[in-house]
Amino acid sequence: MQEKIATREAYGQALVDLGATHDFVVLDADLAAATKTCKFKAAYPDRFFDCGIAEGNMMSVAAGLAASGVIPFVSSFAMFAAGRAFEQVRNSIGYPHLNVKIGATHAGITVGEDGATHQCNEDIALMRTIPGMTVVSPADAVEAAAAVEAALAVNGPVYMRFGRAAVPVINDRASYRFKLGEGVTLSDGSDVTLIATGIMVHMALEAREMLAKEGINARVVNIHTIKPLDAALVTKCAQETGAIVTAEEHSVIGGLGGAVAECVSENCPVPVIRVGVEDRYGRSGTVPALLEYYGLTAAHIAEAAKRAVKLKK
Amino acid sequence: MEPTQRTRLAGIANDIRAGILRGVYHAASGHPGGSLSIADILTYLYFKEMKIDPENPKWEDRDRLVLSKGHCAPALYAALAERGYFDSKELDTLRKIDSRLQGHPDMKGTPGVDMSSGSLGLGISSACGMALAGKYRKKDYRVYSVVGDGESEEGQVWEAAMFAAHYRLDNLCVVVDWNGLQIDGPVTEVMNPTPHDEKFRAFGWNVVTADAHDFDSLEAAFQAARACKGKPTAIIAKSVKGKGVSFMENKCEWHGTAPKEEQYRLAMQELGRGEDK
Repeated sequence: MQEKIATREAYGQALVDLGATHDFVVLDADLAAATKTCKFKAAYPDRFFDCGIAEGNMMSVAAGLAASGVIPFVSSFAMFAAGRAFEQVRNSIGYPHLNVKIGATHAGITVGEDGATHQCNEDIALMRTIPGMTVVSPADAVEAAAAVEAALAVNGPVYMRFGRAAVPVINDRASYRFKLGEGVTLSDGSDVTLIATGIMVHMALEAREMLAKEGINARVVNIHTIKPLDAALVTKCAQETGAIVTAEEHSVIGGLGGAVAECVSENCPVPVIRVGVEDRYGRSGTVPALLEYYGLTAAHIAEAAKRAVKLKK
Repeated sequence: MEPTQRTRLAGIANDIRAGILRGVYHAASGHPGGSLSIADILTYLYFKEMKIDPENPKWEDRDRLVLSKGHCAPALYAALAERGYFDSKELDTLRKIDSRLQGHPDMKGTPGVDMSSGSLGLGISSACGMALAGKYRKKDYRVYSVVGDGESEEGQVWEAAMFAAHYRLDNLCVVVDWNGLQIDGPVTEVMNPTPHDEKFRAFGWNVVTADAHDFDSLEAAFQAARACKGKPTAIIAKSVKGKGVSFMENKCEWHGTAPKEEQYRLAMQELGRGEDK
């Protein structure tokens, strides 16, 4: 059976691993046990600062630290990091382009039973509109760890999106090479491209198998960096396969689907069908029940791919 | 304070007031009222209190100032120009399309601006971050932040107040510019944020009150802040909005309105700077 690890676990561990060789601090807003920054807190208690349940203040504090040459990783749930503290992220961190790394966990509907108020399906859209912000959405634990390291290596604000639920590890720990802004073609195909991010990447790979049985040869691309988008790769996929399906655990408005549709319509107009959370709120439920309820499964991606192929001229 | 020192600071404050008026007049927009109310506070900070080097604005051991009430940027720019960070002629470019002097402070563009600010409530938190960085790096620099009394209606100010006391940021000194007026009227009528002294004290701060237009009073307050260990200090500075220009004093109409040509002439005349136009 495939190994399953939540990307938030990988985030917490990556902070501990990198903390041994890199000088940075970690802030959290009373969610360290859930965001997994608690691992860093245990390893380096003098470098961990709990800000209490005050996310707006935490983001502006992080900006002050960065402005004074101390790199902070800042964590909360995506709803509060990108949602509640949007304006602090934009004005305190984004506008002066400060070196703050935001590690947002519990993104999307796989938060599960806590329900709509905690299920953030809007964070990619929000963060993507901030000039100079890098937005990363890793597919598995291997990519999550690599993303944290890459975020630390660049000078500027980075928003990293992690999930609560354990997801299959699809990348090889030893050989995987991560580059910010560079999409990964996981399997080639000529009829349609499935462009996925986050936990939808492994489902896109499953959808490819389903489609193959019906004679459709689908390409699968993992876009882990939603901003800056790998426009060259997306355009190439549009040119070579003539149809695209996007898949994300996020609103179909403004996230990966939005970014890809913008890119494709400007560079090589072909059908783009977006799989994601339709224009509505989440709800309580188990993770599998929620994924089915909101149409975030391999079967839904395969269905969308067939529609996309039909729309091809 | 030595009388010569007091006279020197008063002269500088007068120049800064002239610089404020010059900026907002040429911009034909901006916030003269609150800028004039903090002119003496910034004079004391930039010319007496703070350890800074205009030749090296990014010096890492410098004291830092975050103008949390960022709309009073004209006062900050006038103080920085007066202190030698850039030529005072540049004040005429305030808010113009090709200017380094944005409507609200921009740390990327303007030498001497330590933090971008303007969205109320955010600057005091960033000052906390700077003070925390100082503690973390074991530096002895101090961090100052000027917060508006109206600004303190923002909940984030109190999140920051909790944070600074919790981490015992005694290298942080916040000055509350208590001019009593905000856009829609007196602060006590719009949404009463007083009493600031009792509130900050309840949040665990060392609290000092001062007359924002009396250098001896400011000196005593800043010395008390320096002397206090284990707690951040809030200086509640009673000020007059529009201070120094008779027809602007205590009028909330002058919160965000630039003087017209004749008003500018009269204001500069009051400051003994008729020739500066």
